[in-house]
Amino acid sequence: MSTHAAVKAKPVLSEGKKAERRLGLLLCAPAAFIMIAVTAWPIIYSFWLSLQRYDLKFPDKQEFIGLENYTAVLSSPYWWDAFGITALLTVITVVIELVLGMALALVMHRTLVGRGLVRTSALIPYGIVTVVAAFSWKYAYTPETGYLAELFGGAPLTDKASALAIIASAEIWKTTPFMALLLMAGLALVPDDMLKAAAMDGASGWQRFTKIMVPMMKPAILVALLFRTLDAFRIFDNIFVLTAGSQGTGSVSMLTYNNLIKGLNLGIGSTMSVLIFVAVAIIAFVFIKVFGTAAPGSDNGGKR
Amino acid sequence: MDGPGRSARYRSTTSTKTRSRSRASALLGVALVTAPLLAACGSGDTGGNTLNLYAAPEENFEKVIESCNASANGKYNIVYNKLPRGADGQREQMVRRLAAGDDEMDILYLDSPWLAEFAEAGWIREWTGNYKEEAERGVLAGPLESTRYKNRTYAATKNTNVQLLWYRDDVVPKPPETWAEMIAQAKALKAAGKPYTAVMTGAQYEGLVVQYNTMVASAGGKIISEDGLTAVVDDGAVRALSTLKDFATSGIASASLTNSQEDEVRKEFQGGNSAFQLNWPYVYASMQKEKPDLAKNFKWARYPGIDKGKPSKVTIGGANYGVSTYSTKADLAFEAVLCLRKPENQLYSAINSGVAPTIESVYDRPEMTEKYPMKETIREELRDAANRPLTAAWQNVSTVLSTVLSPPASIDPQKTAARLRTELQAAIDSKGVMP
Repeated sequence: MSTHAAVKAKPVLSEGKKAERRLGLLLCAPAAFIMIAVTAWPIIYSFWLSLQRYDLKFPDKQEFIGLENYTAVLSSPYWWDAFGITALLTVITVVIELVLGMALALVMHRTLVGRGLVRTSALIPYGIVTVVAAFSWKYAYTPETGYLAELFGGAPLTDKASALAIIASAEIWKTTPFMALLLMAGLALVPDDMLKAAAMDGASGWQRFTKIMVPMMKPAILVALLFRTLDAFRIFDNIFVLTAGSQGTGSVSMLTYNNLIKGLNLGIGSTMSVLIFVAVAIIAFVFIKVFGTAAPGSDNGGKR
Repeated sequence: MDGPGRSARYRSTTSTKTRSRSRASALLGVALVTAPLLAACGSGDTGGNTLNLYAAPEENFEKVIESCNASANGKYNIVYNKLPRGADGQREQMVRRLAAGDDEMDILYLDSPWLAEFAEAGWIREWTGNYKEEAERGVLAGPLESTRYKNRTYAATKNTNVQLLWYRDDVVPKPPETWAEMIAQAKALKAAGKPYTAVMTGAQYEGLVVQYNTMVASAGGKIISEDGLTAVVDDGAVRALSTLKDFATSGIASASLTNSQEDEVRKEFQGGNSAFQLNWPYVYASMQKEKPDLAKNFKWARYPGIDKGKPSKVTIGGANYGVSTYSTKADLAFEAVLCLRKPENQLYSAINSGVAPTIESVYDRPEMTEKYPMKETIREELRDAANRPLTAAWQNVSTVLSTVLSPPASIDPQKTAARLRTELQAAIDSKGVMP
């Protein structure tokens, strides 16, 4: 828009400038084209598939059915069960990760000795492939092969509540370092002088944390929360390995996988993918709206 | 300071770039050189006569393929491509490639319940004429039925499998003929303080569906209509639901019923606290090997039925060979399959890999007696076996069944049946959401 306006305001451009601009557009074109090909087209195509009855098992029965798939999915108790589980796991893991991540970030930020060692060891879980980690958790919680199963007794993965707790703990163990990393970047934004000044004025440690650090870090917290929430909402690999969705522990991504890959139902599966996409978009929108004033730049203006 | 530093950095990037470029071209070169080699390797000495067989990993299966390749005398050359171990992974790989019309697959290993799906989608060729005649000669009725869909033949039998009732004859003097008898005997044993539990696959997966399907067939019922299009869940199916519930709530089922797949069942029985086990014949060999003292009393009988005097109809497992629609060498593929499944090879696999033959005459061979002492019972069950409902949407149907039947203790026969009718119909029509 703005470039368009700019072009209109200054209609006379030298030949050289014009040629340069044309060359610029030409040079951008391949990148733009690839972006459209690899992101926009799949999204449009899966939306198109979601409007059809399209099951690879019944190739002859493919037809356009409008929004019927959406009715089928949105009226299915399986979808809402999975949605509930996904939302529950998202909230629990993100909240715990934020608290732990903040603590870890403070530790990593303040460490004086062995800073490199502390940071490296804290980041190890994030470096391990999720599926590999999930398998180790699975064996650890399986009777006869695992020490954790012996510790807690029984077969914890066969009960819904304990299986969910295990999935959540595996997620938290895995992604807290990522959270900590993002928050540590935020901590670097807090000027030491300000903290010292506050300390001089008699602010307690907790007051310094809530009144200075957190407000200063808000943009970093927003980014960390947004990333993790979107990630957590699409949880798949941990569940796939740990329970494969049994005992009612399947997430929406698991359900989509089952319908799309196992069931070969492109229509229903695409419908679910589109719904997940919409849910993720809504989460992002809400985050920006709620924490919007914390976005960089608008903070000072908001204070008046 | 800045100048030289930057130029050094610049130099180092260019050198990395050139290095990576040269590495890339080296790789490309290797690829170009090896591609024809690989292709030549794949197609053997005879040019375009390579047949790609996609099959599950099986011990000693290479030997069977080698013998067929040798006897083909260069007419064809079968290449064994191993599919993943799990059934879901096997099906996924083939289905995905077939849906895309991949012509690199010639012979496909099909778990028996997949036939309808592959046939309906048009992924496998119909068997006709001499090939069909040859493939069906002397095959037991149960396995033979598993190669047919809508009155046409779409596969040739590879091997079969059928569950038996295993029991300990030191505590069970006479094997039960029905589920009710088994439950009563187990209760009596429990009261007498002897090993009493009955173990079977009750986890939420296909294994539970197989047990339920056997119960329904034994009760003379139907889950899905003959044409595979309508969810029926008739009286027999409802009676099977009550039997399953009775079993799960009678206090004689194992505590880990809802968590048991085949191998857990086997291990639990070997633990020594069980009197009955419903499982595949492979448990016999492991019992001999792992628990020789318990093995002396390890006996087998026909799977229990529902009604007294009406023998059970047991769900068969096993696998078939199909020929891909997209194969460019279909005639060779049909011939190769006929070799792979001929009686001598079935006998070899039965003895060396422990998979049960589908050709009746193989059971009469003397070599079978030692490895398969239970062969008569197996053969008896196979003559009058039940297949899983032949529907193209079996995967969906099976998932719905195992979800709705779990846990068996909370079945409410009439209500569960009603729920099954609606959810199965949606699964068959591929309309609903699969759990």
